[in-house]
Amino acid sequence: MNDLKYVGKPSVRIDGKEKISGATRYTDDLEFGPNLHFAAIVESTEAHAKILSIDTTEAENFPGVVSVFTGKDFPFKFGLYMKDRYIFAMDTVHYVGQQIAAIVARDIKTAQKAAKLVKVEYKPLPAIFDQMEALKEDAIIIHPDLGEYPHVPWFFPQANTNIAHWRKTRRGSITKGFEDADYILEDTYTVPRYAHCPLETHVAVGLCDLSGRLTIWASSQSPHTQRNLFAESLAPLGFTHKDVRVIAPPIGGGFGGKAGVSMEILAAAIATKVRGNPVKIIWSREQEFYNTSQRLGVIAKLKIGVKNDGTFTAIDHKLYWDTGASAEYGANVVNAIGLSAIGPYRFHNISIDSVCLYTNLPPCGAYRGFGYSEFMFGLESHINRIADHLKIDAVEIRKINAIKENDTLAYGVPMNPNGLIECIDKVTKEIEWGKEVKSENPNIKIGKGFSLIWKAPAMPPNASSAAFLKFSEDGSINILVSGMDMGQGYLTVMAQIAAEILAVPITKIRTENPDTDRNPYEWQTVASHVTWSCGNAVRKAAIDAREQIFDVVSRTLYLPKDMLFLEDEKVKCKTKPSFELPLKDFVINGIQAEDSTFKGGPIMGHGIFMPEYTSADSDPETSQGGHPNVHYTVGAAAITLEVDKDSGEMHIRKAVEAIDVGKAINPSLVKGQITGGLLQGLATVLYEDMRFDDKGKMLNPNFTDYKIPTAKDVPDEIVPIIVEVPQPDGPFGARGVGEHTMIPAAPMIANAVNDALGIRIKSMPITKEKVALENLKKKEKINV
Amino acid sequence: MKKIILKINGELRSVYVEPEEILLDVLREKLGVKSPKCGCDRGDCGACAVLLNGRSVRSCLVLAIETDGQEIVTVEGISKDGLNKVQNTMLDKNAFQCGFCAPGMIISTTELIEKNPHPNLEEIKEALSGNLCRCTGYLPILESVQEATKEEHHE
Repeated sequence: MNDLKYVGKPSVRIDGKEKISGATRYTDDLEFGPNLHFAAIVESTEAHAKILSIDTTEAENFPGVVSVFTGKDFPFKFGLYMKDRYIFAMDTVHYVGQQIAAIVARDIKTAQKAAKLVKVEYKPLPAIFDQMEALKEDAIIIHPDLGEYPHVPWFFPQANTNIAHWRKTRRGSITKGFEDADYILEDTYTVPRYAHCPLETHVAVGLCDLSGRLTIWASSQSPHTQRNLFAESLAPLGFTHKDVRVIAPPIGGGFGGKAGVSMEILAAAIATKVRGNPVKIIWSREQEFYNTSQRLGVIAKLKIGVKNDGTFTAIDHKLYWDTGASAEYGANVVNAIGLSAIGPYRFHNISIDSVCLYTNLPPCGAYRGFGYSEFMFGLESHINRIADHLKIDAVEIRKINAIKENDTLAYGVPMNPNGLIECIDKVTKEIEWGKEVKSENPNIKIGKGFSLIWKAPAMPPNASSAAFLKFSEDGSINILVSGMDMGQGYLTVMAQIAAEILAVPITKIRTENPDTDRNPYEWQTVASHVTWSCGNAVRKAAIDAREQIFDVVSRTLYLPKDMLFLEDEKVKCKTKPSFELPLKDFVINGIQAEDSTFKGGPIMGHGIFMPEYTSADSDPETSQGGHPNVHYTVGAAAITLEVDKDSGEMHIRKAVEAIDVGKAINPSLVKGQITGGLLQGLATVLYEDMRFDDKGKMLNPNFTDYKIPTAKDVPDEIVPIIVEVPQPDGPFGARGVGEHTMIPAAPMIANAVNDALGIRIKSMPITKEKVALENLKKKEKINV
Repeated sequence: MKKIILKINGELRSVYVEPEEILLDVLREKLGVKSPKCGCDRGDCGACAVLLNGRSVRSCLVLAIETDGQEIVTVEGISKDGLNKVQNTMLDKNAFQCGFCAPGMIISTTELIEKNPHPNLEEIKEALSGNLCRCTGYLPILESVQEATKEEHHE
């Protein structure tokens, strides 16, 4: 492992050329021929209402309309972790924008025109847009059938309430912990909803041929999980897994929004009723905002006790999440945070309540960071405030309490090896922590902000990855896997891992996005786990192939197997330096033996990986007894922020982020993740601001009114720092990094604003207007 | 339906269009030119940018019928004889991630360099500020353009 030739190198992406030349074919770029049909969706205009009637007569009679479908055509539930959604609304709508009917025509314009002719008669019901309202005892019940929904065993929905899940974690005694404290700080932090905004909107094409074979092409992070959910949901129509196939072309961004199943189920279901014809559904940018999934909002009530020397004594973290109209994915975000809301700190006395609440806003689900960005905003703000009170440096208090290897996690399992302190030290040095910076402009105040990073993959305990690896005649390789390259560079990293083991350059390796019929199983490309999990599967597949290579060489050419090794696309032998056999000479056609027969045959490796030490079974009252997470990735980050004290205008001079990735298989791609993820995080705190009216309708579902950053909004400088403390069960020591990159953004802005102006903002986003107004309030207070 | 003739990536093509059809749809659905993407359908994101007579336009905001007799260049045309210097620098720096914004970014870059062969960073940011990217944080793209366009000093 010391002399790595391909792993650890900043290789050019294997799909780089096709992306830069315009050759990449995303789902909407594929051709489906003259029989392609389109579906337009009729959406709910009410946030919560009984559907009294749906009159589709006029739409059905509209020239060019092929079919019209409503809920009664597909009375089937679906969902990833909890089946709480119908394909179309049945008798009740739960949010504005929910799909009620679909119009199928041979062209999209006809379908859209006809969709406007569907008349839906509603009986409005009281609606809930605030999770604290949903928690009230006399609140109206959004899902009266909650008690009957099938769900994973680690969810605890409470029937006849709006609580879809409540994760409780208890360790030690917070009563004693707070008694031992010299200082206790208690406050509430608020984080609203956010939208993923991949540049490519959701799109899916379904084709059920006349033999009953159902194929779905989808822009998806989860091809195998989608196939499973389609097959489960459509089972009443006679479909089994072998009949269902998902093909996942390259995707134009995911960020969690294309995980699990959302609108793709419409393409799958509708295709079954217009057999023989492909049907395309493509979301407009508006629909992408309000009918895929959003990031959950949270209200976090946080109480931390601390000794005068800065040692934390207890944490009580109560998090109330707004999951919207469906919890099928969102409840797992809530679950993950219920296990991890201590942050990267050593606490002996812990109480966490993470509560998932239904509201009548759009459904929420996975979003890069999976809840960690949300709770870390409060936690990392809180820690600065505690440090200020105790007159301890904000970095120092973090070092005093930083979690170390083998410290006990909230659920009672030891912490994995990690380089948290190294990350803190490197960031501190790079940002010149403690050195005051002043602007020449008296209106501009400059502050520095610091935050730690902390996240574990949230996965079912049996989530797994698999890989096939095969050679061609020239010694080149195809790797078949089912993770998705959504830009992070996963396919390149898989090629680098195989290249290292098989001594074949990555320019001779092809890895593409999957087809569930051909490629082996992958759970989903989420949780920042594929480099680690699928990387292990690819590593095993390469080792399997190498074993087959050594085996046939050894038995045919009478060389000791344990003396063979691979170098420069050749088999070589430690005890016979003159021997070298190019891989291309035998990986397909075998090796000719002395008797002129051939031995061997096509070399094909396979590898699987499942973390066999995880378990979701634990005491529901304490979360003790299981082993829910595989490992945590940690890091630290800081910024130097200019703030205009009058206008609130903010500008980032420098941002530094260090993450312990275990091993950077491709440092160029890791740095790309840090730069891109950090800006996505900064956007949630500086620019993005989702607004709903009092009827639950999103007011800004477009890029004019929901601002994501442009090239002019980037920090002057981003310094990515890679720290490598190997993950014992990671391929070459690697662990995940993709989501972690955006986690520190919000608290470090809040902390830097506080440093610059002495104001503490406890609700996101921290827009310039909010900063200017808060600063004005502070001045007024001083003047009074 | 009206027949229009366009010079697309150096080739004369004729196509029948309805008066209300937008250029993006005609390029993608009737002419098979797939590199311009639809990201927002209202001119916000720049993913559909093409060069119309050398000027970058958002093809989702242009009526196809108005482009009769004009010249259009897309990334397919730019890449026909291999990647250019900026594209190669973008490739080497892993400047793109999902790649969905890449065609539009490359169009805006091409227009910029045509007018200003050695732009400074502010000029590059200004030129690319109409192309949204959600993956990269822009810096690797900006660095690529900067590096590929910097003035070479010969002794």
